[in-house]
Amino acid sequence: MNIVVCIKQVPDTETKIQINSDGSGIVTEGIKYVVNPYDEYALEEGVRLKEKFGGEVTVISLGPERAKEAIRNCLAVGADKGIHLNDPSFEGSDSYVTAKILAKAISEIPFDIILTGKQGVDFDNSQVFAYLANFLNLPFVSVVMDLELSSDLKSVTAKREGEGGEKEMIQIPLPAIIAAQKDLNQPRYASLPGIMKAKKKEIKNLTLSDLDFSADEVGEKGSRVKVKNYSLPPERKAGQIIQGEDPTEVCEILVKLLREEAKII
Amino acid sequence: MSLWVIAEQKDGKLKKVSLELLSLCKKLKEKFKEEISCVLVGYNLESFAQILGEYGADKIFLAEDEILKSYSNDAYSKAIADLVKEHNPKILLGGATAQGKDLLPLVSAKLNTGLAADCVAVDIDEGGKLICTRPMYAGKVKVTATLESFPQMASLRPNVLEVLPPDKSKKAEVIKVKPEIDQDNLRVKLIEVKKEKKGKIDLTEADVIVSGGRAMKSAENFKLLEDLAEALGEGTTVGASRAAVDAGYVPHDIQVGQTGKVVNPNLYVACGISGAIQHLAGMITSKCIVAINKDPEAPIFQKADYGIVGDLYKILPVLTGIIKKLKAQE
Ligand SMILES: Cc1cc2nc3c(=O)[nH]c(=O)nc-3n(C[C@H](O)[C@H](O)[C@H](O)COP(=O)(O)OP(=O)(O)OC[C@H]3O[C@@H](n4cnc5c(N)ncnc54)[C@H](O)[C@@H]3O)c2cc1C
Ligand SMILES: Nc1ncnc2c1ncn2[C@@H]1O[C@H](COP(=O)(O)O)[C@@H](O)[C@H]1O
Repeated sequence: MNIVVCIKQVPDTETKIQINSDGSGIVTEGIKYVVNPYDEYALEEGVRLKEKFGGEVTVISLGPERAKEAIRNCLAVGADKGIHLNDPSFEGSDSYVTAKILAKAISEIPFDIILTGKQGVDFDNSQVFAYLANFLNLPFVSVVMDLELSSDLKSVTAKREGEGGEKEMIQIPLPAIIAAQKDLNQPRYASLPGIMKAKKKEIKNLTLSDLDFSADEVGEKGSRVKVKNYSLPPERKAGQIIQGEDPTEVCEILVKLLREEAKII
Repeated sequence: MSLWVIAEQKDGKLKKVSLELLSLCKKLKEKFKEEISCVLVGYNLESFAQILGEYGADKIFLAEDEILKSYSNDAYSKAIADLVKEHNPKILLGGATAQGKDLLPLVSAKLNTGLAADCVAVDIDEGGKLICTRPMYAGKVKVTATLESFPQMASLRPNVLEVLPPDKSKKAEVIKVKPEIDQDNLRVKLIEVKKEKKGKIDLTEADVIVSGGRAMKSAENFKLLEDLAEALGEGTTVGASRAAVDAGYVPHDIQVGQTGKVVNPNLYVACGISGAIQHLAGMITSKCIVAINKDPEAPIFQKADYGIVGDLYKILPVLTGIIKKLKAQE
């Protein structure tokens, strides 16, 4: 089985984000970058599929030079090959352009299944898998919590998280795109031998010209969504601590405040 | 220019966010005098037309077919994209619900356009450009986004916009369309829906959320939160921190936070939750936050409107009792 996993390098969820002085973006110095948490589930699922059915896992990432480290981390966890879509002109690409570039690169390699995360925790778009599906003319299932391959390896049944805790069982033929939700599996950690081996694995670097794009089709220029005016949301201030030892007393005060001051219950 | 709303129904009920979107369009219409169209996809939709009209739609497209009885991103996106291509609206809005997050990116892909996702505000400037305000980095940052292609598409986070009162006398033009959908071309097949025992409201659409953290210590103890939720009445549901989810007390679909749900209720009650940055990311935009925690230094108190320092096991039953009594008096 040929398995492709799309991964993105994003700021660690602990990171405090700061805005640059003219509000045109965030301050990137000092940020600790990690593999997007949801992509870790996608990767783990890919590696498990390989372990069960044989084949190869290729991780692919579009991002600046630093994204190599994220790819390397995935190789240490069990991916076989890496592809780094790395060109200064790719910077500022929206979901549409990101998917367009990913689609071009993926269409040049064999694949049976493409795994992504359900959301990048940086821009919180939840879009790339859908654009990718459209560019590659594939079906997709998002927010997948469980995945089962048919015995003939021609289709998958995916359990998807619907609203209010509903679970939708969806069947789609392969090749297909699966966007992972948290409960899909329990990602493993990289082992020491894994980390050693990863150093020898190939990471292919692909640039604008390798993929036959022109500079104005990609990056900010080619994007459909233009993002500007970064600002911090208003700080929430600490409110009122209701003092008292007697639970009845404090609860009565709380309820009164919620009714009369906040007017919400 | 014309404003289009992609409305959503589920199990015979129209989503509130659809009405929020129509209300938004009504305000925009005052400024731009544009006609408001609405598209609803499914089967046997006629009963919804009246409501959509009263809440502001001038023209309602009902895309009906038996195949569309249950949702699939394949079929629904085609039905909508075909209709949009035929009428060419300049602006296309939908709700960032569980379904919207799956469907709208695919609609936008099929229309070869962009989508500003999960917006908390939308306006139109003098030139007819859609100005979208959306959070990024789990709400740690707010940005404005514009769209460089048509239709300009945005999805709106539920519960953020107000619903304006309906106009009972308003009649809309209802147009029934039969989408061209070939069963054989559908690849995404829904084979079963497993529902929860009692239907839960999705956290992202709840008015009130009562959440528990590691301090709940067991699945059984979540009953304390369910009791409080029940006392608070309709529109209330139970949430949890990741620590409670990882410990297996409750399923992941009720996790609030950066890697859970981003919620926006009127009232968020955090019980035995410390207030880690990843948790705050999911609930910081709640209109009112109440924290119950035995540690006065817990960071959650820095963000809460009202705090009670104390043992949740002593406080919750009392709080539930008081609210029950109060509701019974009404
Ligand atoms: C990549 C990543 C993603 C994450 N995503 C999320 C996310 O989406 N959502 C999320 O919530 N977390 C997330 N986390 C985890 C987060 O960092 C915290 O670990 C988590 O939120 C802590 O949960 P908690 O507040 O329930 O537990 P704790 O931090 O252990 O807090 C328990 C609190 O309960 C109080 N307490 C104890 N007993 C009582 C009692 N009897 N009465 C009253 N109070 C009591 C304590 O004083 C304490 O403040 C993420 C972490 C990572 C690394
Ligand atoms: N730059 C990228 N490189 C590789 N994969 C990406 C990139 N951006 C997004 N993805 C994939 O698409 C998923 C959804 O991302 P997004 O649409 O940005 O929320 C992510 O979880 C990744 O799997």
